[in-house]
Order: sequence, then structure tokens, then C-alpha cells
Amino acid sequence: MSKKIKLVVIGNGPVGHNFLEYLVDSGKADHYQVTVFGEEPLPAYDRVHLTAWFKTQSVDDINMVHDNFYGKNNFTLHIGNKATKIDRENKVVHSESGLEVSYDKIILATGSFPFVPPVPGHERDNIFVYRTIEDLEKITEAAKTAKVGTVIGGGLLGLEAAKAVMDLGLKTHVVEFAPRLMAVQIDGGGGAMLSKKIQDLGVSVHTNKNTQNIGDGNEAVHKMSFADGSELETDIIVFSAGIRPRDELGHSSDLQMGERGGIVINNNTLTSDKDIYAIGEVALWNNKIFGLIAPGNAMAHAAVDHLTGTGTSEFAGADMSTKLKLMGVDVASIGDAHGNTPNSRSYTYVNDREEVYKKIVVSEDDKYLLGAVLIGDAAEYGSLLQFMLNKIELPAEPEGLILPSIDGSSSGIGVDALPDSAQLCSCLNVTKGDIIEAVEAGATDMAAIKSCTKAATGCGGCAALVTQVLNCELEKLGVEVNTDLCEHFAYTRQDLYNIIRIEKIKSFAELLDKHGTGLGCDICKPTAANILASCWNDHVLESNLQGLQDTNDFYMGNMQKDGTYSVVPRIAGGEITPEKLIVLGEVAKEYGLYTKITGGQRIDLFGARVEQLPPIWRKLVDAGFETGHAYGKSLRTVKSCVGSTWCRYGVQDSMGLAITLENRYKGLRSPHKIKFGVSGCTRECAEAQSKDFGIIATENGWNLYVCGNGGMKPRHADLFASDLDDKLLIQYIDRICMFYVRTADRLQRTSVWMDNMEGGLEYLKSVIIDDKLGLAAELEQEMLNVVDTYQCEWKTTIDDPEKMKRFTHFINSDKADNNVIFTTEREQIRPAFAGEKSLAIEVK
Amino acid sequence: MTNQKQWQDICKTGEILPNIGVCALFEGQQVAIFKIADSSGTEQLFAINNYCPFSESNTISRGLVGSLAGKIVVASPLYKQHFDLSTGICLEDSTVSLDIYPVRIEGDTVQLAA
Repeated sequence: MSKKIKLVVIGNGPVGHNFLEYLVDSGKADHYQVTVFGEEPLPAYDRVHLTAWFKTQSVDDINMVHDNFYGKNNFTLHIGNKATKIDRENKVVHSESGLEVSYDKIILATGSFPFVPPVPGHERDNIFVYRTIEDLEKITEAAKTAKVGTVIGGGLLGLEAAKAVMDLGLKTHVVEFAPRLMAVQIDGGGGAMLSKKIQDLGVSVHTNKNTQNIGDGNEAVHKMSFADGSELETDIIVFSAGIRPRDELGHSSDLQMGERGGIVINNNTLTSDKDIYAIGEVALWNNKIFGLIAPGNAMAHAAVDHLTGTGTSEFAGADMSTKLKLMGVDVASIGDAHGNTPNSRSYTYVNDREEVYKKIVVSEDDKYLLGAVLIGDAAEYGSLLQFMLNKIELPAEPEGLILPSIDGSSSGIGVDALPDSAQLCSCLNVTKGDIIEAVEAGATDMAAIKSCTKAATGCGGCAALVTQVLNCELEKLGVEVNTDLCEHFAYTRQDLYNIIRIEKIKSFAELLDKHGTGLGCDICKPTAANILASCWNDHVLESNLQGLQDTNDFYMGNMQKDGTYSVVPRIAGGEITPEKLIVLGEVAKEYGLYTKITGGQRIDLFGARVEQLPPIWRKLVDAGFETGHAYGKSLRTVKSCVGSTWCRYGVQDSMGLAITLENRYKGLRSPHKIKFGVSGCTRECAEAQSKDFGIIATENGWNLYVCGNGGMKPRHADLFASDLDDKLLIQYIDRICMFYVRTADRLQRTSVWMDNMEGGLEYLKSVIIDDKLGLAAELEQEMLNVVDTYQCEWKTTIDDPEKMKRFTHFINSDKADNNVIFTTEREQIRPAFAGEKSLAIEVK
Repeated sequence: MTNQKQWQDICKTGEILPNIGVCALFEGQQVAIFKIADSSGTEQLFAINNYCPFSESNTISRGLVGSLAGKIVVASPLYKQHFDLSTGICLEDSTVSLDIYPVRIEGDTVQLAA
């Protein structure tokens, strides 16, 4: 192999890291010997989601480096080691620690630093900036003894910082020099609405304030004095007054610089030195610095393409449109938000009750969209952006695009009109063409689109639009987007759920008669049985329900490959007395069953023939066991650690909570199985974050994580709410569970349910915490009904001679199935293989 | 020809519930018997070998019954292949089929013939 090209990447922020990801994607990474310098003590993390760090104080949540990325690709990473000098003559990079690395090519991705205006007093203690995790740690520490916090700067990042200060429990002020918040992105009307909404949340907004001095306060640490003579006392101050490029290396190595800083680059992101590229916030393109992640990523792409020759993309400026959620308030800005284009027209919709402000700016002839501002509701962002970016002709009366439609229909863009080049996901630069390609390669749902194109995995603002493109393309390919459950019901599972609940349907016959055709099948029958159980919770073996049950539910055991069943009693939280352990051992011994301890902290007994199930369960029920529902689409186990009762690190009684939860939700029939985990401290021994519901103890209560999964496609659960008390925790779980039961597809685990949910976690929170749909009370009542009507299905069955009749292999003989043959392995039974069986029969 | 068949009593009709299979021991073989009832209440009996060739287990009688594209079928409970109850042919793989058996009701008794 030819000699490798020595590539030095200076800067290990999001853009520097994404450059390396793209380099690997290009397939050319092994042509380079890569050395990376990063000034911060941590490898790249997602600065855009810095506020997320406050929720958990865990770097894992925003870490960008996964699966040993650097090691796996043989990239040398020097973190906590700043590059201090580029010796262009000898082609060597020097670092703070004295390293000297020779290079053929350099990527400068040093980013920016927060600008602190030279106000007298700005160097005092307890004054911070908001950029790195270290900054956040310092703010958190200072907040412990503070009551009031003030953010100077009401721009995008300033409001993020204000949110963080508010979450630290401080009385929060935002001080802005301009007459309104987010002056760059939004207009006066939008700014006023935003201020109002943010003040509603308890943050004081002071606009038109020019800070002239910071000195000692009387009540608090600092006193800020403003040009208009007013004053404000505060304990901590966070500056968020804009950014400046980290361009020292450009200066010292004589690269061409902008007048006010920034390293000048061309469309290939090359600096004035043909061996040095600059990308991200340090780069100056067309006399502009781009302080958003999307243009930085676009530059990184252009750099990889030019460096490796694997592509032709160039950086050609960036659309600075943006949509985000600030303190839970939707804010979006598109293009010419201020209507600066000569002769442009604008249309505005203001709703004071809902606190919504929407404005569009269009061309003189009403034909093209130039810009928009959306506050309080940014649902139209995706389609408006496409109208602008692709110069799609507007409908007559363009104001209809932002007016609420009375019939609930959307007047958005037809996705078919978009060109293939239309960028749908700006965070990860995914075009409509990419989605089409993924669909042609076999992706048929949002989860698949997300995993193969990464679309909608950044801010998620494009999810609705991507879904529309997906459905439209599927239809075109002739993949009929048929969401019918099966040929017998032209309804989705959700439709059937609603029909059953609203019409109070109690049997499959009634459902089929009123809404279906044919005889039903092995898809719709168990689905109907499952929904009927979720709604009415009648015994699975009631005469009108038993014929619908899959064999596992019918025999209340899991059928194994040879036709025998497993017996799984509930062992709530994995806690079991010695007496009960002995009973399990005795039963297994008496019936010759194979025993195994499961991942869900209970004991499975395998190899029971149908006729053995009743006597086995009689013994178990008499000893105080209940069914474990291992056979049902229902709650399986609540895995737990011993918690504060025994463990020196435990901070809450995880064992007690696990048992409470398991006993509350046992028996609930749901679209698929549900698993819980409860950990008594952040060490997370119960692996709760891989469960549908994960609960982790904190000093102040419980953190609730939702929609995790192990199994085939692992998914880390999302943090849903923090520091809950027992009551609120259970209330939220009740609601989420029933909302899942109501809205999920057949056999859809909560992880996939979440991945396909429009609006994702934020939407779920709005439904469950803010009760946006007004469903909370109903969901709780439905859960209460399930909890109140719980019965142990096995106990009811063995007490009912009619239900016991089914437990024979033959209708006309007491013989056992002669095809069930066991052999011995490691001192226990196992099903005999085909060859072993014929041998066994001959011996007989 | 029918008259020459040797019919054998299996069970009472009431012992077979609508749309839920049972397994009969018939001349040393395992036979799944289904009583399919539609919404009009019309009942039809089917008998098919209980041995599922895909899972190599005697489990067909425990499968769910239904209709697919006009055919009355049973789904194997382990791997869910469908078998046409009238012909025994597997819908997913027509090279595989199960033996079917003549079945009738005589008075209140279900009978099978070879």
C-alpha cells in the first residue's frame, strides 16, 4: 500500500468530529494517517444539545463518539491538548504539550468562543459564558449558593442559557440590548409574542438594556447598571452576547483573514494555503461566519469531497432558517423574516388566546415565499421552508398557509411538487432524493428511514414532511400503503381499538359482523382478543374469547418447538422466599421439568405437556404463586436491584417500587410485551434504560425513562421526567401505558412506537404531562379499570371444571403425545432431535 | 363408495367447540378436527393430520382457524404457515400438504374414516 497522507484535524467539536464521520463514510479513511487535537478534556459532544446535559449531568446523553470510533478507525486523538502553532514552512503542527506532528493536509475546525463585551466589571467572579460542559459545571456549582441568575443576550443561545439557569432553580432574568428577543431571526411582532410566552414561564425579560457597569450588589452578589439609569441585582451572570471565531492559528500562520476575524475559505473550504482547510464557525465564507451546525456540516462535507475526490459538493452558503423549541415554546424563522426585500408583502396571523404569532413574507406578486416567522406553533415550518428553498409557486391567497383551517385539514405543500434535490432534513443534510433511494431499497416506515438516512434524527423538525414523502413514494412504487390490519378488517389496530371502546363491543363475532368480512384469521383474532382484554379485561378463556387466543394464551404457557409448554410463575421484582424456591424445585422435580433462571429475574420451567399444566399450576397456586403472563402480550417483568434496603449506594427503595409496579400492571394486555426496570441509584444495575419503562432513583425521587429496548434493535430509553415522587411517577406510567395501548400498531414495541411518533418525545410529554389532548383523566380511569379487574388467569382456570376440559392432548384418549420425547443434557431434560427420536422409538 | 367407508366414533359433537380444534387418536394417527362456524351459524367439519412438517411437532389442532382469500385455513401455531382445511395444501409452499380425512356427524357423534 502506498504511503498514507498525513492529515491533522485541529478541533474536536461537533463539526470536526462530523468531518471524520464523513471521511469514514467516503471509504477513503484508510488512505490517511489521521491525528486529531482537541482543547477540551472530553471528546466531541453535541454542543447544540448542551441544555440536555443539565437534565442528567451525564455526558453520555450528548456524547457524539460511539462504538470506539477513533480506535476502530486508527485515528489518533489528543484531547485536552491544544494545537498552538502551524509551522507552514516545515509542515509541522505544534501542541501545548510539546507534541510535533508533521502534516500533508490540515483541517481547521477550532470553532468559536463566546464574546464577552468589555463592560467594566465583566472579570468579576460568578460571571460565566455558556459554551462547554466545563462552563455548565461552573454555573451549576455557583447556582448552589445563588438565588438570582441573569443572562446577558436574548438571542437563541441566550434563551437556551436562560432555560438552564431557570432549571437550576434560580429566579431568571434575560437582558437584551436590542428592542426584542432573537432580534436577528424574528420580527417585532414575533419578538413581543415570544417575550410574553417566556415571561409566562417565570423568566423576566428586559429589552433595550445597555449594560454599562457590573459592581457590588446590596441584596445580591452583583449590581448591573444600565444606560437608562435602571439597575438589576443578581448572583450570577451568564454572557451570551454572540460568538467570535477561534482564529488565532490563522493569524499566527499568516492565512488570509477577514477584517473582523475568521479564516477566509473558498467553496471547497480551502484557505489561502492549498493544504489547509477551515470548516465550521472559524471559517469565513463570502465575508460571513455561520454559527449553526447545519452549515458547519455542509462545510465538512465539502472538505471531505475535495480532499478525497469522492464527491463534488461545494459550500455555497447556507440557508439560516431555523426551528427550535425554547423553554418549550416553538420558534421558527425562515429566510427574510423581517421583510427587507423591496416591495415584499407580508401576512400576519396573531392569536392572543393561544399565544400564537405567524407571519409570512412573499414576493410583490404573491407568487413566492421569501420568509416567515412562527411563534408558539411552528407546524408549518417544514412546508414553508420548502416553498422558499425550491421557489415553488404559492397558492392563490397565500395567507391560507398560516391561517388555522376550520375543518382541520392542512393547506400545506404537496410533497410531490418538491424536486429530488429538496433538502428535507437540514441538520443532517438529507434530501428528498435520499428518502426516495431508501424507499426503493426497501424502507417502508419511519424507523427504517431514520436508521438508513438519519433524516429527522437531529432536531426532528422535518419528521412530518419526511413521513409525507415516504408515504407518497411508497404509493408511487405501487407499495400500497395499506395499513389495514388484514383482509378481514379495513382498519388499523388503532381504528379497531377506538371502535371496540366507543361501541362497547365485547366479542369478536360482533366486531366481525359490524365491521369485518370473512371468518377472521390468525392476525385479527389475537389482535381483537388483545384489544378486548385491554378494554374490558375479561378472562382470556371466556367462551366468546377463547377461540381468538393464540395457543400461548389459550394454554397460558409458551409453546416450545416440540409442542410442550413452559410454566412461568410471577416473581415480582425477582424477590422470592426460600419456601417458594423450594416449591418451584419440588414441582420441577416431580414433573421432570427443565429449569432456567431468566433475564427477567424469574424461573422458567420447560417441557410441560398440556395435560400436566393443570396439576402443576394447582401446586403453584396453592403455594401462593400467580401466573407470570410470560405467554401474553402484556407486562412481563420489573427487573430490579435491592436498592437502598441493602446496597450501600442505593438512594431509594427500588425493590419496593419494583414490586408495587409489577403488581399494578400485571395482567394488562398491550400491543406487545412490556418490560420495566427499576434501579436504586445511578449505577443502574437493573439496566432500566434498556426497558420500555426504566426508573432510576435520584436523591430527590425517581427519573422516568421511556421506550427503551434490548433485543433485536437496542434503543436507549429517553429521559421523560426527573425527580418524580411515587404518586406522579405512577400517574405518568398509567397514562403512557394506556396511550401506548391506544395508539400503537399490532406487535409494535414502545421503542418503535416512539420512533414512528410524529413529534417524538416532546409530543409524548405534551400529551402526558401537559395533557394537550385532554385525555389524561380518561387514560388513568382506563388503567384503574384494568388494575381493579385483575385476576390470576391460572387460578380462575383451575377452579373452573369447564375451562379445565381443554387440557388433554386427545379428545378421545388419555394417552400422551408420543412425539414428545426428551433426552438428557447437563443433568436436565431437553427435546430429542429427530435422529434421537427414531432411536428412542425403536428401543421402545 | 362412501358406503364402504369404515366410520369410527370419535366424540360427541358438543365436545368440539366452534372454531377451536381438537386432536383425535384415530387408528394410531393424530387427526386434528375443526368445527368451523360462520356468522350465520352454519357449521362445517374438517379433519386434517395433526403433524406439522415445518416444526415436526403434533400441534396443528392448536392453531387458529380462519379464512384467507376465500379458503378456510388453519395456521400452524409455531411458525404460522397456513393449511387449506379442504385440501391440506400449504398456502405458503404448495409442495407441502397434510393428509385430510373424511369426517361426519352421525346423530350427536363425530366420526372419522380412513
